[in-house]
Amino acid sequence: MKRTKKKSPPARARHSKGAKTSSRSMLSSGALAENGARFTLAELQRIAGRVIALSQADETEIEIDSTTDALTRFANNTIHQNVADHTLSISVRAVVDGRTARATTNKTDDESLRRVVAAAATLARHQPENPDLLPMLGPQKYQKVARYFDATAAENPMDRARAVTRVCKMAEKKKQTAAGIFASGSHQSVLANSKGLFASHQYTDAEFSVTILEEKSSGWAKSGSPDIRDIHPDELAESASNKAIASRNPRVLEPGHYTAILEPSAVLDIVGSLFLDFSGTSILDKRSCLNDRMGKQLFGENVTLWDDVYHPYQLGSPYDGEGLPRQKILLVDRGVPKNLVYSRTTAKKMKAKPTGHGLPLPNEYGEAPMNLVFSGGDKSVEDMIRSTERGILVTRVWYIREVDPYEKILTGMTRDGTFLIENGRIAAGIRNFRFNQSVIEMLSNVEMLGPAVRAAGEESFEMVVPAMKVGNFHFSEVTKF
Amino acid sequence: MMLDWAALGIETAKLRGASYADARVMDTRQREIATKNGEVGNLLESESLGIGIRVIASGAWGFASTDRLTREGVQACAAQAINIAKASALAKRENVALAPEETYVDTWQNPFVKDPFRIPVERQIDLLLRADKEILAVKGVTLAEGSMSFRKIDQLFVSSTGSVIHQIKMQSGAGIAATSFGDSEIQKRSYPNSFGGQHALQGYELIESLDLVGNAPRIAEEAVALHSAAQCPEGTSTIILGGSQLGLQIHESIGHPIELDRVLGQEANFAGMSFLTLEKLRKLKYGSDIVNVVADARLEHGPGLGTFAYDDEGVPAQCTPIITNGLFTGYLSNRETAATIGETRSNGTMRTENWNRLPIIRMTNISINPGTWKYDDLIADTDDAILMETNRSWSIDDRRYQFQFSTEIGWEIKGGKKGRMIKNPSYSGITTEFWNSCDAICSREYWTLWGTPNCGKGQPMQTMGTGHGASPTRFRNIKVGVAFAK
Repeated sequence: MKRTKKKSPPARARHSKGAKTSSRSMLSSGALAENGARFTLAELQRIAGRVIALSQADETEIEIDSTTDALTRFANNTIHQNVADHTLSISVRAVVDGRTARATTNKTDDESLRRVVAAAATLARHQPENPDLLPMLGPQKYQKVARYFDATAAENPMDRARAVTRVCKMAEKKKQTAAGIFASGSHQSVLANSKGLFASHQYTDAEFSVTILEEKSSGWAKSGSPDIRDIHPDELAESASNKAIASRNPRVLEPGHYTAILEPSAVLDIVGSLFLDFSGTSILDKRSCLNDRMGKQLFGENVTLWDDVYHPYQLGSPYDGEGLPRQKILLVDRGVPKNLVYSRTTAKKMKAKPTGHGLPLPNEYGEAPMNLVFSGGDKSVEDMIRSTERGILVTRVWYIREVDPYEKILTGMTRDGTFLIENGRIAAGIRNFRFNQSVIEMLSNVEMLGPAVRAAGEESFEMVVPAMKVGNFHFSEVTKF
Repeated sequence: MMLDWAALGIETAKLRGASYADARVMDTRQREIATKNGEVGNLLESESLGIGIRVIASGAWGFASTDRLTREGVQACAAQAINIAKASALAKRENVALAPEETYVDTWQNPFVKDPFRIPVERQIDLLLRADKEILAVKGVTLAEGSMSFRKIDQLFVSSTGSVIHQIKMQSGAGIAATSFGDSEIQKRSYPNSFGGQHALQGYELIESLDLVGNAPRIAEEAVALHSAAQCPEGTSTIILGGSQLGLQIHESIGHPIELDRVLGQEANFAGMSFLTLEKLRKLKYGSDIVNVVADARLEHGPGLGTFAYDDEGVPAQCTPIITNGLFTGYLSNRETAATIGETRSNGTMRTENWNRLPIIRMTNISINPGTWKYDDLIADTDDAILMETNRSWSIDDRRYQFQFSTEIGWEIKGGKKGRMIKNPSYSGITTEFWNSCDAICSREYWTLWGTPNCGKGQPMQTMGTGHGASPTRFRNIKVGVAFAK
């Protein structure tokens, strides 16, 4: 497929998306359901206590994640891969003489815990002193978020196989080919330190993604939620199927500047490229597109953007990588970049207040807003189509990469459902385009907004975004299908 | 112990009805160091041990993994794999069939000189900080970065047909980068490659061979100089690609489309499919006559990130001709897809990121064979071109036809001489048209086996290291500058 992008914060930070501060007891290790977590909260608490007791470091932090994931994968109207995994990560950060480092293991025996504690301290000791390092936090209070659902945790391979079988049969009946995934997982995390901080976090997640293929066309749909009951595989498959039918015999359209109607998934994958630009560290490092642009009218007045982990459509823990409570932050107010997010260290350097967006230490990225929520509008995609004399409807984009980090020019492809709109109606499917488009210009040319929804894409993490009608979108080249 | 756990997993799977089972016990150790502007940015060591069990039961696949390495844990894992396979069978069209393979009992370790985990971490940090200092000494640089990573993978493969294969792989990598913000633009130069530098199946001797400190001032000066360089023109041009950029071009426009799982539609929902449909094998003119590409996992090809003795379903490393004198001659296969297309044997490309992931078809070392040109002769032979070096961005469609790449830096070639610097170079094209426009490849002395440590594929996503041998190469009539066109 694709090379993964280097410019992303540590994977551990992503794990903290989807959270619940809950004392709800979980399945014990002796009663493993397919999706049941391997360790109870009490067991993780005990391991955390043991690690802190074993440590001789000046300060010690421990983050433990117990995860159970399962994924059923189908293609050519059959299940071809079907997997499950149970994993544990015990990650210890030690502070010794103003220096810090991290070591991680997945072993719970005493010898391994001693070794990981010693490894963190040894690594910490063998580096120059870090003048920016702050003392660890003491106990904190967290706002509750409800992101664990029994129905998701109880999902099993037979349930997934039945849903997939229905989808495959639907496709076969229409002489189409279905491919996709049906995945679910449950997770329990704790974060504790030797200063008495303790945070816990339980969540589930589920995802269904489907591509329906015809000989010369395809359609796609995807949905994700912590509650599997929100996911409707048959409806998603029907939608993808209809797109494949509607884009049969695609026409070749000349590249150029067109009005583009971007469905929420396409918006998500494009604007997702912005998230690190709102980090205080990116400003300090002068690699943000917001350098010299804060407080100026950068985007259209119809663009307002928050980072809000507490939004009902969002996922994530109510605390950051150091255990600081996350705050809701207004990033863009009617087109003007207003605020950044800060870890404790970055906040001190920039004479600002920490916002609860720090990544687990040590790291070179500082912080990131990972719960983006766009303000929406009241127009439906159908309204946008009806109002468009000539334009392009984009279902999904693919392989997005940054061409210019300051003008925020991105390149990428359309995929699985690209249509020509003429005189307020979908006129035909068209061959897929490559685009080279500045996100800054795109967000300055938004003509209509749909309601913000929990969107799912493939290039960025989950976000709450609307469909957008965008003027003057630059489709630069066309491919052969 | 590894053998005990794997054998228990296989035995349990067989008792519960598996017609075939294999198990991978993997014990990995990793060290990551990152520096930024004179300080340590990241310092991490990690270890992970677990087992993944893959079974065929009721004619369908199942896979489960666990790090609960107790008798109960391994048995539960095997039982779960069987249950999953039985669920897979609900949507089965036909029974899984595998191409035959011999059984092997073997042990292998890649050669290396210096164990990077035995090199004091302070020495490794010091090297990066010295490079950092050199970068920051250049006026106009706003960000200096360096990184090193090391990974040791100790893995045991056991199959129900009798294979027991123990492999130990040691890999190392490092790189530095200088970024300059000014005049409303951000310019960056990396060494020896972008996105983490050079990576190989070697020990710390790789890091010592790179001369990071010696190259730091040059990339810093180039990053600053790019601000005043000429913009890459828009139009059609001859281009010469540096070796690392050509390596990525091979990765994206040859390596991925030859993956047989993509060709057969198994990746249609995520990674995508391939334009290399089955009827094109041994018929498609993929490139010009001088283009010869192999997929070679054998150690004699070099210490690449795609080098091993056996793949992760117990098939020995092989060299497969992919493009022979321009003709498309081979796919990357596994035992299942080889059987599907009527091949007698897998060519050994099943690889897994770790014990908790299912092996899937992955690139090994996909390399273009060296040509005959001396580098200076190639430049002297070129009247009007753009030389492009070090990848900045890469994108290609989901069937691998249409691509666009940009590089960190370029230079004009005029009248056989390297001229002024070019900023924001980019080029684009259609895969087969591009490779058919290749008319000169530099010789073995300019050929490097580049390591790409961050290839993502599969669901759940797996990150894998691949190797790409390449030397500077010339292409005619290529579209340039589209990325910045208004």
